[in-house]
Amino acid sequence: MIHTPHVDWFAISTIFVLLGASFVALLSAVLVPRAIRRAFAATVAGLGCVGGLVTSIWLYVDSANGHRVVGDAFYRDRWTALAQAILCGIGLCTVLLSAEHIPAWGRTARRERRDDHVAEYFALLLACLAGMTFFVGSANLMTLFLSLEWFSIALYIMCAIDYDREGSLEAGLKYLIVGSFGSAGLLFGSALVYGATRRIGFEEIAHAVGQQSLSGDALLVLGLAMIIAGIGFKASAAPFHMWTPAVYEGAPTPVTAFMSAATKVAALVLGLRVLQTAFPQEAHLWTWAVAGIAVASLVIGNLAALVQRDLKRMLAYSSISHAGFMLIAVSVGTALGARALMYYLVPYAAMAFGAFAVVAARERELGEPVTLDNLAGFGWERPFLGVAMWFFMFGFAGLPLGGGFIGKFYVLAAAYKHGWTWLVIVGVVATLVSLYYYLGVVRAMYMRPSEELQVGAPVVVGGAPAKEMLLHAAVGIALVVSVGSLFAVQPLIDLAKHAALSLPF
Amino acid sequence: MSVSSFTTLLVCLPLGAALAIWILPLSRYTTGALAVLVSLLEVGIWIEQAARFDFNHHGLQNAQRASWFSDLHVSYHVGEYGFSLWLVGLTVVCMAAAIGYGFWVGRDRPRAYFGLMLFLTGATVGVFVAQDLLLFYAFFEAMLIPLYVLIGVWGGPGRLGATVKFLIYTMTGSLLMLAALIVYGLKVGTFDLVDGPPSASRWIFLGFMFAFVIKAPLFPFHGWLPDAYREAPPEVSAVLSGVVAKAGVYGMLRIAIAKFPDPASYYRTTILVLAALALVYGSLLAFRAKDFRGVVAYSSLAQSGLIAIGLFSGTNLGFDGAVLQMVAHGLVSTSLFLLAGTIERRTTTGEFALLGGMARGRPALATLLMTVGVISLAVPGSAAFAGEFLILAGAFQRAWWWAAIGAGAIVLAAMYMLRLISAVLHEARGSTVQDEALDLRAGELALLVPLVGVLLVLSAWPASISHHSFAGDSPTQTIQSQFK
Repeated sequence: MIHTPHVDWFAISTIFVLLGASFVALLSAVLVPRAIRRAFAATVAGLGCVGGLVTSIWLYVDSANGHRVVGDAFYRDRWTALAQAILCGIGLCTVLLSAEHIPAWGRTARRERRDDHVAEYFALLLACLAGMTFFVGSANLMTLFLSLEWFSIALYIMCAIDYDREGSLEAGLKYLIVGSFGSAGLLFGSALVYGATRRIGFEEIAHAVGQQSLSGDALLVLGLAMIIAGIGFKASAAPFHMWTPAVYEGAPTPVTAFMSAATKVAALVLGLRVLQTAFPQEAHLWTWAVAGIAVASLVIGNLAALVQRDLKRMLAYSSISHAGFMLIAVSVGTALGARALMYYLVPYAAMAFGAFAVVAARERELGEPVTLDNLAGFGWERPFLGVAMWFFMFGFAGLPLGGGFIGKFYVLAAAYKHGWTWLVIVGVVATLVSLYYYLGVVRAMYMRPSEELQVGAPVVVGGAPAKEMLLHAAVGIALVVSVGSLFAVQPLIDLAKHAALSLPF
Repeated sequence: MSVSSFTTLLVCLPLGAALAIWILPLSRYTTGALAVLVSLLEVGIWIEQAARFDFNHHGLQNAQRASWFSDLHVSYHVGEYGFSLWLVGLTVVCMAAAIGYGFWVGRDRPRAYFGLMLFLTGATVGVFVAQDLLLFYAFFEAMLIPLYVLIGVWGGPGRLGATVKFLIYTMTGSLLMLAALIVYGLKVGTFDLVDGPPSASRWIFLGFMFAFVIKAPLFPFHGWLPDAYREAPPEVSAVLSGVVAKAGVYGMLRIAIAKFPDPASYYRTTILVLAALALVYGSLLAFRAKDFRGVVAYSSLAQSGLIAIGLFSGTNLGFDGAVLQMVAHGLVSTSLFLLAGTIERRTTTGEFALLGGMARGRPALATLLMTVGVISLAVPGSAAFAGEFLILAGAFQRAWWWAAIGAGAIVLAAMYMLRLISAVLHEARGSTVQDEALDLRAGELALLVPLVGVLLVLSAWPASISHHSFAGDSPTQTIQSQFK
């Protein structure tokens, strides 16, 4: 007789809520009439995200003593629950952003095609979110890999969903190939770690390494390196970032917004958990490795962003550099670093999402990719979106217009507390470099000479400018979160502190 | 509401008003009027504070404190000392004049413009009252945001280059300060400026000083200055040189000297040399400058050098004189830039080659420019004379040659100011000066006369500031005891 483990259904309720909503959205593709399919699927998706938010908050409150459930394969603790809540928040904003925009936004998109596969899109979004909420709680190498593939496959399709456009297909294909490479690395690394320790549970690995004094074992170290690389692919950290600009540029902008915010949250939160829980004995190795990746990301991300004209590419490189910042928090391997990471993720996710959402709005108006040139005058034409972008850009640059400022402060403080003053200097110099291209966006929106401004109404795809209430709502939420996190530092840090207690520091 | 919460009110009122202006769809006129009203209200609140201020009391006054995040011991902590009270006063008065000027000339896109000006007011007041390092840093950075947009949108033809230079320069300094303050705060366990003990680390001191010498600026960190002052709208140049640059020298006094006494005396000679270079080099450049704003811009560089000499002479007279000179120069340069603005409006240029003979038929303009110019060149009996005299006397106590250099520079000041006055007001009529160009109008007089009035009051009674900046008889001791 097969022994089935006891299942704590509540612990995995967030995932089920999201999956359930995903199924309903998918069914609506055939059962709901085309005329209301978009509204129906979007509503279901929105409700699913709200439901996931509620259960993850409930789990946070109710999981003060973190432990593993379902055959020790999944963590029920506050670290998981907080990450799930952030992910569901991002998901909700993505639904708002996508409701009017997906799958086809392009000028070349045929009218009758615009609502094609809209239900499938929302189903995929929710499935992807479910995968991510599972990913952040995974407790052994098996669930880690399964959930990684789960959300990655959904993302591959979402990138290619605007299949009338070559760029979108190309983005999907590139992401598929490069992403598979990362996944394969992770899988191989897991196999090596299993080979060395004969365990797959994170805590068991640490235990086995301690007992059999495997620390420094070649197989184990090689496995660890490949796992770090695999997670680095997902977090788009240099030198595993090659896919990022191309995919971010080609994918439909709402998908890019989702990816830049949610994938990073998932990968970094899980990354810290794996390193801290499964490989504490190797901390002397991985702290340096991750710090090296962080520095590489800061250097490559910032320098490459300087020369970009296409806004989505620029924001892609900026997201690489921010991955570098958050990896500094991971690399120090302390409770302060964990708090810094969790805090940083909140304003970062809000700003990254918001910035891409504003790009989506401009793209919709112009029907072509947004560059620094055709952004001219945007700030005056669409005051709310312009001011929001202004806040996001200054916030990214670490000026005190949002929580990004405190996030950087925390990360650098964590690096200093770890004794890495040099990393503080690197972070500071990187911020300085980043200033140039972030301010370039503000300059393009507000300060271009009047002859360069586009006079008259911009060319709008499909008639009058859309009201886009939902898009404005999504940008508004992002703005409130990014500015609010500057004032509500204490509550957020308290949340992060309790979450970090789940990790063995 | 108690008086101590007035400090918070001074910071939050303009920020709140800025938000209201951005959100509410007010008309052009209402927006401007609201901004002027709020800036006058700020002056009123400040007068109320100053009237109740106890200048003999050691320690922080009008203080308020609340935890921001306890994790790293960062708090919202504001309050005032004697010298910060004066700098806050300078800020609210100059900002009121600048906002009034913007209203008078009717700037385009009024909601964005006045919102940003009010934002700048709040941030600048915040710098002078913040008593927590991170809060200080946040306000210090927050000043840049409105300035960047104000110069970039409403500035002259070369504004894009000017903004980039301005921001990159100042942010370089600021970010080094961020690194320094993280190291300092985590080392001593608190970011509070009042509780934090002095430190002997030279590296941290240099990190802070780097930010301040760029902001002030001192030679050779003044690369951003000429472009920014020339390209900004005149009222923005006015607050940039009159108020914002004072944040740099204020930081030297409040943080670099007070928190790092040993490094400050270790690097004293180096900084005095830089300050003296700024003074002499700035004066020479001002003498060579071809336009009105150029002269005022480089003279601001020179004056920053002079103030830094006063601060780093480390003597009682030097400190008293430096604070007096900060306020006096702030008022002088605000008035001069606003005058430059009024002249540019009449002639479309500030170039001396195209100006001249403006005194004829324009008595009000001539009188005001003459008065401010004469005060600026430190004619005996003026506020600037009192300030410079105290600074030089303080520098003399350190070593006679610092005073000699300073005195030489004052002669240069007389040369460039008189050159400016004669090039604009006298000599043959310039090609751009039309007979129809009017004298100062009532609105302009309403802005400039109060500024000059304050300067005259200070000239009559400079001790109001120089004897009321530091509690006790000896500023040196007050600073050594961390203002307690």
